[in-house]
Amino acid sequence: MGIYLPIAEMSVNIFVLLTMGAAVGFLSGLFGVGGGFLITPLLIFYNIPPAIAVATGANQVVASSFSGALAHFKRGTLDMKLGTVLLAGGIVGSTLGIYVFSLLRQMGQLDLLVSLLYVVLLGTVGGMMFVESVNAIRNARRGVNPNLKRPGQHNWIHRLPLKMRFRASKLFVSIIPVLVLGAAIGFLASIMGVGGGFIMVPAMIYLLKVPTNVVIGTSLFQIVVVSAYTTIVHATTNQTVDIILAMALMVGGVAGAQYGAKAGQKLRGEQLRALLASLVLAVALRLAYDLFVRPPNLYSLSALGAL
Amino acid sequence: MLVGSASLPAMAVLSLLLAVAGAQAQGPVTRAEPEPPANVESIQIGLSTDRISITSDFSGADLTIFGALDNADPLINRQGRYDVIVVLEGPARPVMVRRKQRILGVWMNTQSEIFVNVPVSYSVATTRVPQDITDPINYRQLALGADNIYIEPLDKDVDTATVKEFEAALRQLKKTTGLYSERIGGVQFLTQSLFRATLTLAPNVPVGTHKARAFLFRNGIFIKENSAQLVIVKAGFEQSVFRLAHEYSLFYGIFAAVLAVFTGWLGRIVFRRD
Repeated sequence: MGIYLPIAEMSVNIFVLLTMGAAVGFLSGLFGVGGGFLITPLLIFYNIPPAIAVATGANQVVASSFSGALAHFKRGTLDMKLGTVLLAGGIVGSTLGIYVFSLLRQMGQLDLLVSLLYVVLLGTVGGMMFVESVNAIRNARRGVNPNLKRPGQHNWIHRLPLKMRFRASKLFVSIIPVLVLGAAIGFLASIMGVGGGFIMVPAMIYLLKVPTNVVIGTSLFQIVVVSAYTTIVHATTNQTVDIILAMALMVGGVAGAQYGAKAGQKLRGEQLRALLASLVLAVALRLAYDLFVRPPNLYSLSALGAL
Repeated sequence: MLVGSASLPAMAVLSLLLAVAGAQAQGPVTRAEPEPPANVESIQIGLSTDRISITSDFSGADLTIFGALDNADPLINRQGRYDVIVVLEGPARPVMVRRKQRILGVWMNTQSEIFVNVPVSYSVATTRVPQDITDPINYRQLALGADNIYIEPLDKDVDTATVKEFEAALRQLKKTTGLYSERIGGVQFLTQSLFRATLTLAPNVPVGTHKARAFLFRNGIFIKENSAQLVIVKAGFEQSVFRLAHEYSLFYGIFAAVLAVFTGWLGRIVFRRD
């Protein structure tokens, strides 16, 4: 059954969108990720213009992160203060990102940058995760106890000025790295249409030394607000948020996430991570293929507004 | 005599707003103007409606335009020496053509050229193969056909070879996307003077004012042209969404975000696990 996307101005198959949403929702429930980094490339593979895929991806992330953030808020595993500081950085980063986004769109280089960012980020994160999880699986087979190396208590980040106390996280840390991290994630959110959890969570654990129990809730909180902000700003500056497209993805996604979470409980952590890593690498390779292989048509058209 | 009707067969995807048709489509109407001198043929086309609204699930359709020849010479007519070309030209918009080049192994857009007044769509129906109707020179003079419509570059200082290359790419891309189409045999004579032209409306046909033009040729010589206007509008829910997104973008953005929050919350209620 065809459905017309009013902003993308094209007809697509509703079942493909629902399946796409459900599949990504399933994976995001399975791995505990937002899924934005899968939705946007999938939409691009489905010939949705990248500018619309990114802005709509941000909108979809709001829905998928909100239910998670709500759960953590009720359980009290959410550091509001840390989240708010991250958020302040995130808003600045997102605003800057949208500005860069509009500029690149005018220059005709947006598609290239979106693909490049995806290839580099997904390639790096996926590669690292893959190596780590394969090592963990090997160690488990050999019967070696996983070496719970506690990373050094203090690093250069903890020597920066402007310290602030975050009680829920039992943390006394400079707000500079927190703001910078928030801004970097906000920037990626607006250019790539991702929540940024896949970068935020490791960064919070390894750089800021935030206790693991509050990491996910706090990052989800920041992601919800920054994605909502990004959606609104994309809608006002670029008019690229397709609400029909977002809705189809959200409905599939919300349902899929529940089954994913159940399936996730049956799989082991390192196997799960190895699977996720392979998936991330596959998406990166597919995007890289389009960048490096001669396109079938070297020319492209873009309609211009009134001159 | 003027017979006017635009019919869109099969699929119910096109809903015709017949209200505007008025007196024109009420059947044969006697022309008010004086009778032209004998043996000067003229051509008339008519549309039963000057407004077509396409709905969300529009997946392309055929547009039929009826027309008639006036003062046709019966002898030439019997020999089949009259030819008609009907064109539906979409609104003109500026277009940027970009070309990709390999830089450090990556294919990226480098050169670009802007053309002003490019018809977004252009569909043609002819009685015969175009080269059998008249000479290429005539087509060029009339700016008739997807390869002959005049496309003007914004920057006139660029060397002609580059402009030619980008222009050719533009026409080619328009043809591949189905926006520029040609139907040989799309115009058929029903009687000696009455003809029917079937044109292709692409699924992504642009909204706006389209111009239907009919060209009459006798023995390869251009005789007369006639035109009519047709407005294509988007209707229904999707159009409201589009308008909202462009005219009240802040409100639209907030609504999209709130809707997402609500969906997330609803998902939690429906699939509550804790």
